[in-house]
Amino acid sequence: MTANHPPATGRQIGAVTMLRHGKVDLALHHLRGATAAGGRPLLILHGLGEASPHTVPTWADGWPGPVAALDFTGHGASTVPRGGGYTAELLLGDADAALAALTEGDPAASITVVGRGLGAYIALQIAGARATQVHGAILVDGPGLAGGPTGPTSQSFFSLPPASTTPDPYALVELGEPIAVASVFRPEWLEAVAREHGVITTTLTEALSTYAS
Amino acid sequence: MPAARGPRRTLGRVTTHAPSTEYPVPGAEHPARQYDLDADGLRIAVHEWGDEDAPPLIVVHGGFDFARTYDIFAPKLAAGGWRVVGWDQRGHGDSEHPELYSWDADMRDALTVFGHVSPGRPMPVVGHSKGGALMTQLADAQPFRFTHLVNMDGIPYNRRIPDVAEHERTKMVATEIAGWLDHRRSTATAQRKPGTIDELAARRGRMNPRLDLDWLRRLVTVGGFESADGWRWKIDPSMRFGGFGPWRPEWTLMRLPGLPMPFLGILGREMEEMGWGTPPEKVLPYLPLDGRCEILDDVGHFVHIEQPDLVSAMVLDFIGAPS
Repeated sequence: MTANHPPATGRQIGAVTMLRHGKVDLALHHLRGATAAGGRPLLILHGLGEASPHTVPTWADGWPGPVAALDFTGHGASTVPRGGGYTAELLLGDADAALAALTEGDPAASITVVGRGLGAYIALQIAGARATQVHGAILVDGPGLAGGPTGPTSQSFFSLPPASTTPDPYALVELGEPIAVASVFRPEWLEAVAREHGVITTTLTEALSTYAS
Repeated sequence: MPAARGPRRTLGRVTTHAPSTEYPVPGAEHPARQYDLDADGLRIAVHEWGDEDAPPLIVVHGGFDFARTYDIFAPKLAAGGWRVVGWDQRGHGDSEHPELYSWDADMRDALTVFGHVSPGRPMPVVGHSKGGALMTQLADAQPFRFTHLVNMDGIPYNRRIPDVAEHERTKMVATEIAGWLDHRRSTATAQRKPGTIDELAARRGRMNPRLDLDWLRRLVTVGGFESADGWRWKIDPSMRFGGFGPWRPEWTLMRLPGLPMPFLGILGREMEEMGWGTPPEKVLPYLPLDGRCEILDDVGHFVHIEQPDLVSAMVLDFIGAPS
């Protein structure tokens, strides 16, 4: 499989482009290139502790445009940082790097994002932060959806054994934390999102159909 | 992927000499010892003043600072019979620039230093600005590591900006997030702007207008490095002011009242750009039972640099003689 939608920046390795975000190399997997039908790219964001799929998921078969999936920092084929330091904002920066690559730096171009679990939280954030470049964010169930604390707890601090493989255990500890809401389980924050004006609650299939046009 | 990492260990040699490029300032001393620690794979630079065999006392610098900002203050504490130990927080000073930054990561790095300096035994701890806020949280999480806590102008307070209307505040959020993402896109290749010693001192002076120009020159020569096109600050160019990720001031303030160890707050009344904007009277209700706060009139955020004799005397009196 080859990428027919090369980004403007980054090193392309086969069907994977390595994007530079700060000191981290992010793996952007090009699961399917541009089709004759055209259409905007679909970006898949995995859940906490997961990695990108290597093939187009069956639920995205009908998507008319390119399909790509991003490995967040510390996940999949992306860099494992030394000594942790994860924040949801950092992952938002990861997603923004993928957005820049998939739109080839064109501020008029847009993508649609599907996020699982923690990726759903990031999809919501990127939709707000880059509103004109995200044509639909679909939030579905997945690891990390329930979220972590929104403030400090009485838990103390500790170090973890070094990681030589992904997912980075620091990511699992530090990120345990988000417009179509397509999840079955809706914690309080996601219910609040679903209640917002303009947010639709639907299935993944219907949401993809909505945003494909 | 990172290389395999062993247990924590001291890296590199202990050095004691002062490079000839260090700008001399009366009372400022090059650390007696400098070495690196391995903090979960990250190299953290440690600086010590005073007798190696004396009881340890920890000093923690603020955001966008570095341990060498204690070059005058630390020797005065060491003269009281203490082994004064500071370190450069990740991305600051001589420490390594990591991939990620967060408040919790700073805290873990601190534990590496605490564990190396005084494993299993409590110590007096002095923190300035962000360092004071970090240590306030660590003192709440691990009180057994502290005999005393001194917080120098590092008690944050959530102050609302009175001249910004609510609807504008909402717009600011979107603008700030987009601005932050734009900044992140530039971090892979960012470099600090080069200049002469005086140019960098002047830049720093705009944020520290109360500090002496010779002191600012010294900061350049110990907190910067010289390359072919001039001096640059060592601090990670990917960091923005603050540099510790999402964090709210009330997260530190809420921990203050319950601290069990003797607590001394030292606040400067003059507000400065690098300070927290904390009105001293707003802090007083949060002081722990065994705590007190000294408010210094006509002193800014850097209380220990503006008034090193006064503040070091207050600290030494508060923590008592080393035993």
